[in-house]
Amino acid sequence: MTLAHVLYAAMFIFCLGLYGTLTRRNVIGILLSVEVMANSVNIVLVGFSRFTQNLLGQIFAVFVMSLTVAEVVVGLALVILLYRTMRHTDIDEASRLRH
Amino acid sequence: MLELIGFAVVCAVLAVTAIYVVNGKNLVHSVLMLAGLLFTTAVLFVLLGAPFLAGIQVMLYAGGVVTLMLFAIMLTRRSSGVAISNETIRARRLPAALLCGGLFALLVWAIANTNEFPSGGDTALSTRDLGTSLFTEQVLSFEVLGVLLLAATIGAIVLARKRDHGEPEPAGTIGFVRRREETSR
Repeated sequence: MTLAHVLYAAMFIFCLGLYGTLTRRNVIGILLSVEVMANSVNIVLVGFSRFTQNLLGQIFAVFVMSLTVAEVVVGLALVILLYRTMRHTDIDEASRLRH
Repeated sequence: MLELIGFAVVCAVLAVTAIYVVNGKNLVHSVLMLAGLLFTTAVLFVLLGAPFLAGIQVMLYAGGVVTLMLFAIMLTRRSSGVAISNETIRARRLPAALLCGGLFALLVWAIANTNEFPSGGDTALSTRDLGTSLFTEQVLSFEVLGVLLLAATIGAIVLARKRDHGEPEPAGTIGFVRRREETSR
């Protein structure tokens, strides 16, 4: 197991998350895909921390995790607000600001 | 050798769960697969010598985030028994797949062409050092993070709470929809 292996795995997961973010119709599905992407970033950070023997990577991963949790909390509050306003959570229908 | 086999198994599980999360038909199953993905990531963290992060990962994500997601799904489903539409948008599948495949190819090319990666010693970084660093050198960012979490919590409560009857709705919420429906009738 070298750093390159870890990076390949993380890149694959990141690209999958990006695909999900671009194609999902449901807002909650998009949030899930964003979670997948954030997770791959954490893998990269911890991988570099392990192979450079530097703790800063792990500390940064702790911060990224907390930020992701904050993002999910606010995002889900917005989803519930969207549902209360529009009675659905479809991203393509939520285009009132465009008109 | 054993480590490499473990790593391969973890990567396979990660890939399968990630594919299901972004491509599954049922939203609840997607969330449960996300829980699996996050657990497997915790295992990967252990393999990478970061047991503390693995613990946080399980508590914070698999415990907190997944539960929150499930709650949000239950609150936004129209009627029980009807599966929530979680289809991907058909017209966007091919362009998105091309874009992500291209990005992946580019990243793999970049990694494969890097001459030398750091491959430092095998000593695991200690949790004690992590804690010491977090509460001495990084203490300012740690406190700022606490303030951010507080702000996010308050923001989420303000956004999602039910409004009192006397309170005016902010523009663009239910009141607006109702008025527009009335005028169109």
